[in-house]
Amino acid sequence: MSYTPAMRESIARVEATRAARLDETYPRLEHEEAQAVLRKYHPDYVAEGMRQLRVGPNKGDRTPLELADVLEAAPVIQPGMVDLDRVDLETDVLVVGGGGAGASAALLAQEHGAQVTLVTKLRFGDANTMMAQGGIQAADKPSDNPAIHYLDVMGGGHFTNVPDLVEALVMDAPYVIQWLERLGCMFNKRPDGVMETIHGGGTSRKRMHYARDYSGAEIMRTLRDEVRCRPQIRVLEFCPVVELLTDANGTVTGAVLLNLENHEYLVARAKAVVLATGGSGRLHYQGFPCTNHYGATADGLVLGYRVGAALSFLDTMQYHPTGAAYPEQIMGQLVTEKVRGLGAQLCNIDGVQFTFPLEPRDIESAAVIRECVEHGKGIPTPAGGVGVWLDSPLIDLKHGPGTVARELPAMIRQFGRFDIDITREPMLIYPTLHYQNGGLTIASDGSTGVAGLFVAGEAAGGIHGRNRLMGNSLLDIVVFGRRAGRAAASHAAGVALGHVTLAHLDAWNQTRAAEGLDGALLSPILLPDYTRHDRTPLAAPVR
Amino acid sequence: MSEDKMITVQVMERKVKVPPSLTIIKALEYAGYKLTHGVGCRAGFCGACGTVYRMPGEAKLHFALACQTVVQDGMYLTQIPFFPGQKPAYDVTMLMPDAAAVLKVFPETINCLGCNTCTKACPQDLEVMHYVAASLRGDVEALADLSFDCIMCGLCVARCPAELVPPHIGLLGRRLYSLHVLPKAPDLATRIADMDGGAYRDQVAELKVRSAAEIKTQYVARDIEPE
Ligand SMILES: Cc1cc2nc3c(=O)[nH]c(=O)nc-3n(C[C@H](O)[C@H](O)[C@H](O)COP(=O)(O)OP(=O)(O)OC[C@H]3O[C@@H](n4cnc5c(N)ncnc54)[C@H](O)[C@@H]3O)c2cc1C
Ligand code: SF4
Ligand code: SF4
Repeated sequence: MSYTPAMRESIARVEATRAARLDETYPRLEHEEAQAVLRKYHPDYVAEGMRQLRVGPNKGDRTPLELADVLEAAPVIQPGMVDLDRVDLETDVLVVGGGGAGASAALLAQEHGAQVTLVTKLRFGDANTMMAQGGIQAADKPSDNPAIHYLDVMGGGHFTNVPDLVEALVMDAPYVIQWLERLGCMFNKRPDGVMETIHGGGTSRKRMHYARDYSGAEIMRTLRDEVRCRPQIRVLEFCPVVELLTDANGTVTGAVLLNLENHEYLVARAKAVVLATGGSGRLHYQGFPCTNHYGATADGLVLGYRVGAALSFLDTMQYHPTGAAYPEQIMGQLVTEKVRGLGAQLCNIDGVQFTFPLEPRDIESAAVIRECVEHGKGIPTPAGGVGVWLDSPLIDLKHGPGTVARELPAMIRQFGRFDIDITREPMLIYPTLHYQNGGLTIASDGSTGVAGLFVAGEAAGGIHGRNRLMGNSLLDIVVFGRRAGRAAASHAAGVALGHVTLAHLDAWNQTRAAEGLDGALLSPILLPDYTRHDRTPLAAPVR
Repeated sequence: MSEDKMITVQVMERKVKVPPSLTIIKALEYAGYKLTHGVGCRAGFCGACGTVYRMPGEAKLHFALACQTVVQDGMYLTQIPFFPGQKPAYDVTMLMPDAAAVLKVFPETINCLGCNTCTKACPQDLEVMHYVAASLRGDVEALADLSFDCIMCGLCVARCPAELVPPHIGLLGRRLYSLHVLPKAPDLATRIADMDGGAYRDQVAELKVRSAAEIKTQYVARDIEPE
């Protein structure tokens, strides 16, 4: 499965320029030029990929077609379909989602006196959090401070971020790192205990903390283990939420779960619900492959939207500049930004560097697409795709032999499985759908406009504005997971379990009917449909 | 794809024809399966898709992640989505980074036979037996280091004749090592102390009320720490 002869020819050109490139710094794009490249090449600006929502709080706002479809779809269950008097579980705080935001929320809600139930779609830890490699930002070094972090977050988000949320993010950040340190999360440290930190795209200080290139996995494993060390927290796997429950005032009072093992519905009553359902990469906007886990299907957005919670920044998705473009088997999977953080450069088919390697992601992605589309300098793949080189062998030249092996074991393993040695050969990459920049609108305690409903993590919107910087998402899921867990617990302390109804669906159905929406799609979709539905007759048995 | 280019894979007792370029997960979906177990991140990080297979004519058992492994003609496989393993609740702050802690939480660790079956099962190619041995020596640094890339797929748990749960031992080891052996980050502690005293509160609050244009000017002018 290693490279094709044509690719090898191009690699030879990359090798030929390598020594000269070692000391070459490609200039960052000036602001105006960057904006022009974005407008011309970033998928967010492809007009045909978007449409206006026809129902709900964000009626009239533009969002990708695939997301609009699930947001406007008919509910999986209808009033009357489920006996709501037969209650299966009661809890103070119902946390929906077994990723980093959900685990953090569960821990903090429990610490604040709530009885907690965490439900998740597949396994606890089947989540985007587990897949994060690069690292987590926090301004805790002497050369850095939260105000500088604030500026970087705003710049990354093109100055559209919600200031209160950015403040919470950067001010909580050192506390979050300390919380994780005290839970026994194994960050890379120098012998004196100082955390190793590097740059990420769009950072002005080296504030990317990491745990080899399993940063998210290390955080997720630790948080999950801590949840499992607290038997007071009930965990229910393979039970995704398919609809929220509300009382006559529209307050969220519980949820209907689908037991994936027997396809029966379960009724959960809760004093507060935290949606921590993550992103939507598996909707494959504009046909892009994605880096996300199997269950990243925007369920939380659908659930929250239907009970009246507003969305923000849902016309912008993050395309990660370096998705694997070859071999086909791992197409779209992430090549961590840390590879560029450590000094790898992007080269075209001629072995020529064409962009500053640590531009913010949207700009970097647009620059890669431009190089392939406008300049025709991409490297074609046997599957009919195209990509450019990410010159990983530079890293050992810059930082000494063994650096790649030490810092990027997951990447070495991933490509090594297909006989590509990234310490000696570059990787072929192309932008891949990576992250949902927006989400349900929250206040800085994770609350929404809907009583009883809290949101944290990738399902929330506003923190990152129109573009998230690497390392600020692992940070935000813990910052806002903790905040939402705390706020949900204190909300729960002040209320009794409410009536559970599906009354909000009556209104929803009417609005849909009024807009003439009668499509067959039901949402949340829970999982993408990758099954080949083929009815070719089986061959006759051999006689 | 034309029929003759297809290969045959046997999933439990069912033979299916699939294109040879697919990973096991995608081949299963091609063959009509809708997966809810034995599938997760689809990128080799979550440990949900541990798979066991044999090849025709050989007795050897192979272990793989279904999302990272390409099908081969004649593969005879099943997925092991999960394997139960004892996981007592503990308070990591109350344990010391030594063998006694490991044996207190996982007393069966002492039964390790040193047979190396676990290592052979690991789809991450980790030295599982060595990290288990390190735990018994009380060398939590080696335990943490050698087990670091464990994705907790449970394949070694399924294979261990002495009924150990290596991934949980590794996880306990990493938490103990990080908490009790690695020095606490000194500048982090200083930063927290300063912030407890109110540092940066006003500075950030002031940024919050600036206009986007002002923030932008400040952003563009900010200095960048060299590599
Ligand atoms: C490959 C990859 C690499 C990344 N690298 C970095 C990085 O280096 N640094 C960084 O800061 N960020 C990174 N990110 C982004 C970051 O990891 C995620 O944005 C973040 O972890 C999301 O956390 P979360 O808890 O909100 O969602 P997730 O971790 O995705 O968890 C969501 C959970 O909700 C569950 N769920 C979904 N729908 C339902 C439902 N209907 N009912 C019940 N449960 C449901 C899911 O199954 C899952 O368990 C990366 C993301 C990916 C995909
Ligand atoms: S050590 Fe065990 S649980 Fe961990 S990855 Fe290897 S086989 Fe899987
Ligand atoms: S398989 Fe079990 S008994 Fe054998 S070496 Fe591994 S841990 Fe020890």
